[in-house]
Order: sequence, then C-alpha cells, then structure tokens
Amino acid sequence: MVQRKGLAAIAVIAILAAACSSSATSPAASSAPASQVPASQAAASEAPASPPASETPVASIGPGEGELDLVAWVGYAEDGSNVKEYDWIHPFVAANPDCSKVVVKTADTSDEMYTLMSNGHGLYDGVSASGDASNRLIDRAEVAPVDPALFPDFKDLTPFLQSPANNTVNGFHYGISHGWGGNTLMYRTDKFAAPPTSWDSVFDPAKAAAYKGKITDYGGSIYIADAALYLKTQNPALGITDPYELTQEQFDAAVALLKAQHPFVGKYWTSFTDEIDNFTNGTSTIGTTWQYQTNTLKGSNVPVEAIVPTEGMTGWSDTWMLSRYAKHPNCMLKWMAWMVTPEVQAQVAEYFGEAPANPKACDILNTSTKPYAIKDFCTAYHVTDEAFYNAISFWKTPIRDCGDSRGNTCVPYDEWVAAYTGVKG
Amino acid sequence: MTTAEPARPNAPAPSAPRRLSAWLHERPRLRLGALLVAPFGWFGVVYFGSLAVLFAYAFWSLDPQTGVVVKSFTLSNFQRMVTDPVYGAIVQRTVAVAAIVTVADALIAFPIAYYMARVASPRRRALLFMSVLLPLWASYLVKVYAWRVIVAPSGILDWAFHLVGITDSSSVLGVSDVSMTIVFIYMWLPYMILPIYAGLERIPSSYLEASADLGARSGQTFRRVILPLVLPALVAGSIFTFSLTLGDYIIPQLVSNTQFIGNVVYVSQGVAGDIPFAAAFALVPVGIMAVYLLVARRLGAFDAI
Repeated sequence: MVQRKGLAAIAVIAILAAACSSSATSPAASSAPASQVPASQAAASEAPASPPASETPVASIGPGEGELDLVAWVGYAEDGSNVKEYDWIHPFVAANPDCSKVVVKTADTSDEMYTLMSNGHGLYDGVSASGDASNRLIDRAEVAPVDPALFPDFKDLTPFLQSPANNTVNGFHYGISHGWGGNTLMYRTDKFAAPPTSWDSVFDPAKAAAYKGKITDYGGSIYIADAALYLKTQNPALGITDPYELTQEQFDAAVALLKAQHPFVGKYWTSFTDEIDNFTNGTSTIGTTWQYQTNTLKGSNVPVEAIVPTEGMTGWSDTWMLSRYAKHPNCMLKWMAWMVTPEVQAQVAEYFGEAPANPKACDILNTSTKPYAIKDFCTAYHVTDEAFYNAISFWKTPIRDCGDSRGNTCVPYDEWVAAYTGVKG
Repeated sequence: MTTAEPARPNAPAPSAPRRLSAWLHERPRLRLGALLVAPFGWFGVVYFGSLAVLFAYAFWSLDPQTGVVVKSFTLSNFQRMVTDPVYGAIVQRTVAVAAIVTVADALIAFPIAYYMARVASPRRRALLFMSVLLPLWASYLVKVYAWRVIVAPSGILDWAFHLVGITDSSSVLGVSDVSMTIVFIYMWLPYMILPIYAGLERIPSSYLEASADLGARSGQTFRRVILPLVLPALVAGSIFTFSLTLGDYIIPQLVSNTQFIGNVVYVSQGVAGDIPFAAAFALVPVGIMAVYLLVARRLGAFDAI
C-alpha cells in the first residue's frame, strides 16, 4: 500500500511536471516550423512608421564588435555544416577576427523576416530581405542607409541591381543586392508522362483534379500574386498589369481561383524542409518551389525537375540590409562587403541556386567542380540578362497606392493576409 | 556583511542576520509572506499580467496604413471574427478535433489505467509507469517529426494497412486531418492515463467486493460503482487532453494541411503583425476553457487532480 501511494504521488507530480513542460515546449518548439518571436513583441509593434525625411548614410566601417547576428533565408549563410564544400562563414571569421562569432537565424517567409526585424530590435544586426520585406523595412525605418562606396565590389554588380527600387529609395541605398531568382514549377518526373509547361497544371481545376492532394502551394500570403500572375494571361478581361497591384475585383478573382484550387492542394508549405520531405515521400508531386529545394532533392536522387511556366513566374531579389538597431553594425557592414565578393557570390549562388548579383562570380561558377555545380551556370540563370530579369514579377509589398493612374484603389497587404487565411479554410 | 562593522565591542552583540532571524522568529505570518511573495508575485505579474495585456489588446486595433496599434476601444476584431465565416469554421474544427482526441484518449487510457491500478503486479505496474512516462521525456518536436515519417505515404502505417488488405490508406494518411488526430491522440495519452490511474487506485477493493456480494455482475459494478467514482479523474484527464489540443498549432502545421485557432493567432501576430486581432482570437480558446473548467469543477475534477 505504501508503494501504491508513492506511485500515485509520482503520477500526480509527473502530470503536473509534464503539463508545465509541455506548455513550455510548445512556444519554443515553434522555432523549427515557424519562428522565435522575441518577448518584446508587444512594445515593438509601435515603432515609428516612416523613414526620416533626410538620411545620413553610414559612410565608414569601424572595428568589428566581436559578433554578428543575422536573419537570413536558408542557404544564405552557410558554415559548411550542411554541405562541407559550401562554407563562407568560417572564411569570413578568418578574414575578420574582430567578428569571431556569427549567429544565423533562418526565416521561412518574408513576413517572418519582417516580424523578426521589427520585433527584435538589438537582437539582429542585419537581414537578407526580399522585395516584399525590404520596402516595408525601409518605410518603417527599420534599416539604415549605407554608402555603397563602403563595398569595394559594388561597382561590379549587375547595373540593374546597383540601385533597384527594392533597396534604393530617394537615392539612398538601404543595403546591397545579393542575388535573385524565380519561383519555378517543380514536379516529380516519375509521376508526369508529359512535363507540365503552364501554371494551369495547378490552377485549372480540370487539370488539377488529376493530382488531387498532390499539389503544393506556398503557404505565405504573397502566393496570391502567383494566382494573379496566372490570371494575367488566363483572363485578360481582368486587366491585371502587376500581380502585386490588384484592384478589389482583380484581387477577388485571384482569391476565388485559390479557393477553387483548395480541394486539390495537399499541403501549403511554409518551411522549405516540408516541401523537401513531401516531394521525397510523394505527398506532393507538383507545385511552386525555390531552386534550393530542387537542388537538394536532385542531390538526394529524387526524380524532380523545375520549369519556368509559359505565364512567367514570381520571384525574389534579395538585399542584405543593416538594422538601425544593430548592436554590431561594423560586423554587419563587413558581412555585406563579404557577401558581394565574387568568391562568396559564386558559393551562395551555386548552393542556393540563384543568379548572383555580381557577374564576376561567373568565372568561378562556370568552372566549379563542387557538388551543386551546373554547366554554364550564368547562362542558365540569365545572370546579366536584363530582359529576363524584367520578365519576373518580383515580390514586393502590396500597398493601397497602385502606383499608377488607378490611385489608392489597390488591396493592401493586411487584406492579403486575411484573405489567405480564408483560402486555407 | 561583517566587514561593514569594523569596530566590534568586547562582548560580541548578535550579528545582523542573527538578529533578523530572531526578529522573524516571532512573526510567523511575515515569514510565510516573505517566502511566498516571489512565487506568487511571479504568478500574479507574469501570468495574470500577460493575460490582462492580451485582454486589453483584443479591444484595440491596427491601423492598416502605418501598422501601428491604435489604443482606443473597438469591437472591430470581434466583428471580423463573427462576420467572416472562416473563423467560425476554424473554431468549430479545433473544438471538434479536441473533443475527438479527448474521447479517443479516454477509451484507450481506461483499460490501460485499470490494468495498472487493479490487475498488474507491483513490478509490472512500475514497468508500465515507465513506459507511459518515458515518451514525455522526449522532445515534443522529435515525436511529431517521427510521426510524420510513420504516417507518410508508403510509411510504416501505410504498409501495415496494406498487410491487412487496406490499400487506399495513403489517401487518408499522409498530410491529413486523420494523421493529425492520430498524432494528437498519441501525444496526450499519458495525460489521460495518469489521472484515471490515480482515480481507480483510490477506489477501495471492498466496494467492488461489496458490489459482487450484493449480486452485481461485473458490467453493473463497472457502470454503477467504478464509473461514478472514477468520473472526476476522467474529467481531470480530459482537461489536459482537451486544452492541449485546443491550444496546439504545431501539429496541425506539421502533420496536416489545416488551420487551428493557434495557427490563425500565429499568422495574425507573426505574419500580419496584427497583434490586436491575434489577441482577440486567442480569447476564444480562453473562453472555451473557462466554460470547460466550470463544468469540470461541477463534476468534481479538481478533487481528483
């Protein structure tokens, strides 16, 4: 009996302990699929809402502060622990002993990046922001302007990436271009007799029904633009000019398309590892992707291929940006300079699968023998092809101002987020 | 402390800590208060404080142009929750899955707990305890990812179904609500077993003997003696399984393609930066649990924990 009582007591303690520990692990656990949101979120959301009228760009780099904390896309800051041939953190530390510790927080969506930067003042020194985050970060005065003369390789960048609208506002450079690419359509070659050529494989209900449950969509609300891009060619009567500048009617059409597609979608992926898993085990066989997942899947001999559909594609053009609240600004500036050197540009472009901002990387890329090397890399990725670059609909933040004669009639981003919740149901 | 008093008289006066302790010795209530102020302060400020902030934010709103929280009273968040049917559907789905998980866990847990409490030898009981508790020592995420492999198409569960002749299981498993429910049932099972065990263990054997002596069959004894006595423990366990399912957003995201209340809260807060709406929607599970706990208290669950 004594032993029984003891056991019962243990049971009760275990329940309580487990209940506590479980509620404690749940939020922390979110770091893997989603994000670690700093505790100061409540206060931080009330940050100033516009950049100062006149700016003083950072014009010098001092000694490093010993540490560097980055928010980055997966594959943008590698230390060789994933694939040993791809390592530009250790060489960075070796070249900059005053920045001996590099901490990388990877983010899965632009929204997550924006939240990390705006809620985590002082926690992160810089970010590799895509266009749908970079202009928000500039408008809300989260990132600091820099003098491009600080970066010796700036003059070598592709001309159309030296002062693009996604990082240069009012003549001020809020960071340095890193690289760009498109959201392609990936499919399992063993499941498709005829390779798809159009987005209708996923958006046209007649065609999509054949792959019910095997279609995967991007889980970020910016994916509404992919539907709008498809409608741009598919339904010219709507008059869509830019998939990020949608009037209510155009927006409703795109959302309706996504809702009609919902029954066929097996998974809205937000984490790139999700998509890799799902294509590996066959949960998904067709859907939008980044080149990174395609490269990784091919690397593990999963039969996949990625194409640029006839309607074109959405894409990203990324910028390394310095936080105004950086604790280690000098290390961040050194990192920005480091990231556009031809050697590093070649590594990151090859590893992630994107066009480098600095075409001088091409010589290295075209002769590379590393695991992810491909023949004629810079031709394949259209590195200096401005016409190709202009054909991509790059991610940008939808705002009420359409930016043309339609005036303030476009659907702003917060409504995109709410609508996408409705799409997922 | 002693270095602060360099000049000591010949007959040493009691040191400061000693005097303090003597002084406190005569004031037991103050002593108790001093001991408890830290834990209760933490509980009050951090726990209830954050709930209060949550409550306040729910009645504020977000200026869509500037992204700044407007701190003036509005019911717009709740209006949006009611007018857009998607939010009602998400609440219904979350509650339904939580209820299914709770019932399934109760059905699975009861026989195990009964065996542990009333049949198993002490040695075997200890072994079972270990088996029930061990999974709780593994990381939540590790277990979820393990289950992703188990329910994946051509995974082990799919394979097992094929063995018994069910060949279309992969269309139900994989990334699906069924998989999600299975994972939830697995995850929270220990939280149901342990309270039921404790409840069963408290029933004196003499009751069962008396019931048998009076001619009750085992089914009658179960319905009219055991079940009423163990009900509070069952409800106590259901508080855990129900509330843990209600608040989860990681399993839905990793194992299914559906949204729970928590996913919407997460997206509103983390993606849209709309903390007021996230706070308002987060009040829904708080409200549901408040009602649940009131009912549970009526059923005597709090005496069984």
